Amino acid sequence: MSTPQETVERALRFSRADDCTVIADESTGANLRWAGNTLTTNGVTRSRRLTVIAIVHKAEGVSAGVVSRAGVAPDQVEDLVRAAERAAAQSGPAEDAAPLIDAAHSGHGSAWDDPPAETSVGVFEGFAPSLGEAFAAAEGDAQRLYGFAQHEMNSTFVGTSTGLRLRFDEPTGKVELNAKTADMSRSAWAGAGTPDFRDVDVAALTGELARRLKWGERRIELPAGRYETLLPPSAVSDLMTYLYWSAGARDAHDGRTVFSRPGGGTRVGETLSGLPVRLYSDPAAPGLECTPFVVAHASSRDSSVFENGLALRGADWISDGKLAALLQTRQSAALTGLPLTPGVDNLLMELPGATATLDEMVARTRRGLLLTCLWYIREVDPQSLLLTGLTRDGVYLVEDGEVVGEVNNFRFNESPVGLLSRLAEAGGTQRTLGREWSDYFTRTAMPPLRVADFNMSTVSKAS
Amino acid sequence: MREIDPDFAALPMRALADAALSRARELGAEHVDFRLERIRHQTLRLSDGRLETAIDADDIGFAVRVVKDGTWGFAAGIDLTTGAAARVAEQAVEVAKVSAAINRERIELAAEPAHGERVWTSSYVIDPFTVPIRDKVALLADWSGRLLSDDRVAHVDASLLQVKEYKFYADAAGTVTTQQRVRLHPVLNAVGIRDGGFDTMRTLAPPVGRGYEYLTGSGWEWDDELARIPEHLAEKLAAPSVEAGVYDLIVDPSNLWLTIHESIGHATELDRALGYEAAYAGTSFATPDKLGTLQYGSKIMNIVGDRTAEHGLATIGYDDEGVETQRWDIIRDGRFVGYQLDRRIAHLTGQKRSNGCAFADSPSSMPLQRMANVSLEAATDGPSTEELISGVDRGIYVVGDKSWSIDMQRYNFQFTGQRFYKIENGRLAGQLRDAAYQANTTDFWNSMEAVGGPETYVLGGAFNCGKGQPGQVAPVSHGTPSALFRGVNILNAVKEAGQ
Repeated sequence: MSTPQETVERALRFSRADDCTVIADESTGANLRWAGNTLTTNGVTRSRRLTVIAIVHKAEGVSAGVVSRAGVAPDQVEDLVRAAERAAAQSGPAEDAAPLIDAAHSGHGSAWDDPPAETSVGVFEGFAPSLGEAFAAAEGDAQRLYGFAQHEMNSTFVGTSTGLRLRFDEPTGKVELNAKTADMSRSAWAGAGTPDFRDVDVAALTGELARRLKWGERRIELPAGRYETLLPPSAVSDLMTYLYWSAGARDAHDGRTVFSRPGGGTRVGETLSGLPVRLYSDPAAPGLECTPFVVAHASSRDSSVFENGLALRGADWISDGKLAALLQTRQSAALTGLPLTPGVDNLLMELPGATATLDEMVARTRRGLLLTCLWYIREVDPQSLLLTGLTRDGVYLVEDGEVVGEVNNFRFNESPVGLLSRLAEAGGTQRTLGREWSDYFTRTAMPPLRVADFNMSTVSKAS
Repeated sequence: MREIDPDFAALPMRALADAALSRARELGAEHVDFRLERIRHQTLRLSDGRLETAIDADDIGFAVRVVKDGTWGFAAGIDLTTGAAARVAEQAVEVAKVSAAINRERIELAAEPAHGERVWTSSYVIDPFTVPIRDKVALLADWSGRLLSDDRVAHVDASLLQVKEYKFYADAAGTVTTQQRVRLHPVLNAVGIRDGGFDTMRTLAPPVGRGYEYLTGSGWEWDDELARIPEHLAEKLAAPSVEAGVYDLIVDPSNLWLTIHESIGHATELDRALGYEAAYAGTSFATPDKLGTLQYGSKIMNIVGDRTAEHGLATIGYDDEGVETQRWDIIRDGRFVGYQLDRRIAHLTGQKRSNGCAFADSPSSMPLQRMANVSLEAATDGPSTEELISGVDRGIYVVGDKSWSIDMQRYNFQFTGQRFYKIENGRLAGQLRDAAYQANTTDFWNSMEAVGGPETYVLGGAFNCGKGQPGQVAPVSHGTPSALFRGVNILNAVKEAGQ
C-alpha cells in the first residue's frame, strides 16, 4: 500500500486536466459505549479516502469534477483521476471558479513527509480504568451510567498542480457521561471535548453528576414561561455553534438570513449585544488547535474546492458586541465587499475580563433556572434565527443563591441572536462540549451566560 | 426483478465469506455473519441555476460480526482478499474476548430460518448512475430557470441526492443474500424577498426508492408542482401572521409523515424503550409494560411497520442479520401492539423471531435496530382531503414539512410546515405565516377524528434518520393519508422569538 504522500503525487502525475487538487484523508478511530454500568459496544476503525478535483477550462467557463473514493489501491488511482476528469467534462461552469491558491496565500501545515498520525484503543489507557471505577461506584450508589467516548485522528494531505503540499494531523475526542437513578426518574449529564483524553478527569465528571442527582431529590413543577436562566457553557456552545453555522456571507448578502440587512447588504457592524462579548475562531487557540488551511472536498455556499490550501487565520465574528464578520469564500467576499474570512473548525466566546464560575453566578441569583444542556435543536424561523429544542438531564430552580430543587423539562423557543440582546452576565470562558452538535463540532470554549426572559415555551414530561 | 449489476456480482464475495465464516467458527464463535457492501453516492447542487456542488463518492468494504461466549465482536476491512477476510474474522473474535470481561449481558439471537441463496433488487427502471451528470444538471437548471423567470422568486436552490447500495450477506446458518437498491431525492427551494423580509417555498416531492424515471414523470408531477411554487411563495410572503391558539388541523401527508416518524417510528423502537439509547437518542414513553394496553391514539388509528412496501426507502428483501423482511402491526385500533426488533432485542424480550429491522449504514458499521417504513393506514372508503377540510369550522390545513423537534422520551413535539392555510367554515381562506404546531404524542394521536381515503395516501420519507454512537444514518419512508386532528396548540413563531 502506498503512503498518502505517494498517492497524492501519483494522482497529480496522472492528471490531464488544466488544474488538479488531490486530498488524501487518513483516519483512525477508537470508541467505547456503555449503558447500565456495562460496556455495550466498542470499536477500532481505520479509513482511507482519496478525493480528486479536476479543473477544466472551457469556452463557457471553468468546470470542476469531484470524485471521492474510500480504500483506493495504487492501481486504482488513475481510474479515479479519469473519473474526476469525466465529471469535469460533463459539468457546467462552476460559479465559484477561481485560480487555485498559490504559495503566498497558503496556510502552513506540519511536516509533509511524516507518516500519518494514528490513534488506537490505547488512547483510553488512563480513561478506561477510571470509567471502570465509576461503574463500580455507580452500582454501589444505585445509579446507572450511560455514555460514549470517542477519539479520532485525521491526517489530511492536500496537493495541487500549482505546487502546494500541505498536511495536518487533527485529533478529535469527546466523552459524554450520563448518570440516572435506578428508577430512571432523575438524570444528569456531563461532557468534555479533548484532544487526547489525558485531560479527562472522570472523577470530576462523576462528582458533578452526583451533585446534580442530589439536587434532583426535591422535585418542583413549574409552568411554561419566560425565566431568568443560567446557561452553562455546554448550552451556550450549542446555541452559538448554530449562530456560527448560520453566518454565511453569501446567504446574508442574498437577503435570506438573520444577518441580512433589510433592503440589501449584511448586518456587519450592527450591535447585537449590550455586553462587549467576543465570538471568534482561531486555528491556533490553545487546546482547540485545528487545521490551519482550507480543506474543501466539495463546494457549497460557504466553501469552495478552488480554495483548498488557503490560509486560515481566524476571525472575530462578533467583537465588542457588534457583528464583525461572516463566513466567506473569495466569491462571497467579492460580492459583499467584506474581508475574506473563511470558516474555521473551532469557536470561542468571551467577555473580556469576566472570570465568574457558574457556581458564583448561581450564588448571586435571586430566582432563576439553571440548565444542564440542550437537545434536539432545530430552526423554526430563519428570519430571527428562532430555534426550538429541549432542556435535558437536569433543570434546576435557583432561589436566593441556592439550588432548591429539580424542575420539569421544557421545550424552548429562542434565538441565539435575540438572546445576545438580553445578556445580563457572562462568566469566565472554559473548554466545553455542546450536547446537540458534538457529532460534528467539538472544539468550543464558552462562558456561562445569564439570560433574561429565556422562553420556556411548553413543558416536556420527559425525564 | 432485475439482475444484480455484473461488476458487483463479479466480486469474490463467496470466497471472502467462506474464509471469514470458517475462521470464526474455528475460533469458537457461536454465531458469525459476513457482510460486504458497496455504496455509491452522487450529490448535485445548483444555486440560481448554476452548478454549486458535484461530488461522487464510492465506498466498498466488508465486516465480520461474531458472538463468542455470549459477547459481540465486530471488525471491518477494506482489502478484498481471503487472507484479509480471515484476519478480520480473527479480529472480531479478539474484540469479543477483550470485551467479555466487562460484558454483563449475554448476547443471544432470536432464531431465523436459513433462507439459502437469495437475490433481491428494488423496484426501479433507470439507474441514476447511468445518466450523465450533464443531463441531470441541465434538468435541474431548467427547473431552476422556470422558477427564476417569475419575478416573485429571488433565488432558487436545487439539489439531487442519489444513492446506489449493494449488500451481500452470508451467515453460518446458511443464508446468503445479494441485494441492490436505488434511492434519490430531488429538491427545489425558492426564496422570495418582500418588505425587508424573506421566506421560502420548497417542493413537496418526497425521497423515494425509485430510479431516474422519478424526475421524468413517473411518480411525481414535476411540471405541475413547479408551476405553482411562485404563487405559493408570493401568497406566503403576503399572508397574515397566525394568531396563536387552539385549532383543528388537517395535516397533509407531506407534513404528517414526519410527525409519524418522530412520535411513532422512534417511540416504538424496542432498543430505545429498553434504554440502550438512553444517553444519546433517548428512550421512549412506550415502555414494554404498556404493550397491549396503551391507547396510543383514537380507534381509527392503524399503524404498520413494513419493510416490503414498493418504493419505500427502508424496503429490502432481507435485513442485515439475514432476516426476511415483513409487515406487521404496531398500533391497531389505536392500541399499541408491536415494536420494531432486531434479533438480539427480540430474543432478549422473549419474542420468537425478529421482524427484520437490523441495518448498518456502511460496510464498517455494526448493524443496529433501525426504523422500518412505519405508516398510517388509510381508511377504506375514507374522505378526500377536501371532504376533511369541509368538516372543519375554524382550523388550519398544514402542507409540507419544514422544522421538527421532539423530546428524548417522545412526548413533546413541535413542527412547522411549508404552508399553513386558514380554514373557515369548511373552506380554505388563504395562507397564514409564522405557524408551528405543538402537542404531546398520545394527546395528538387520540385527537385524530378522521383519516383520509386511499386516494390521499402518499409515501413520504427521509434519507438521513440518525441513531447510535458512533452515529449512523438510515433512509426510511412513511406512508400516510391526510388526517383531521381536533384542538391542537398553534404557536406564533414571531411572538415566540419575542418580537
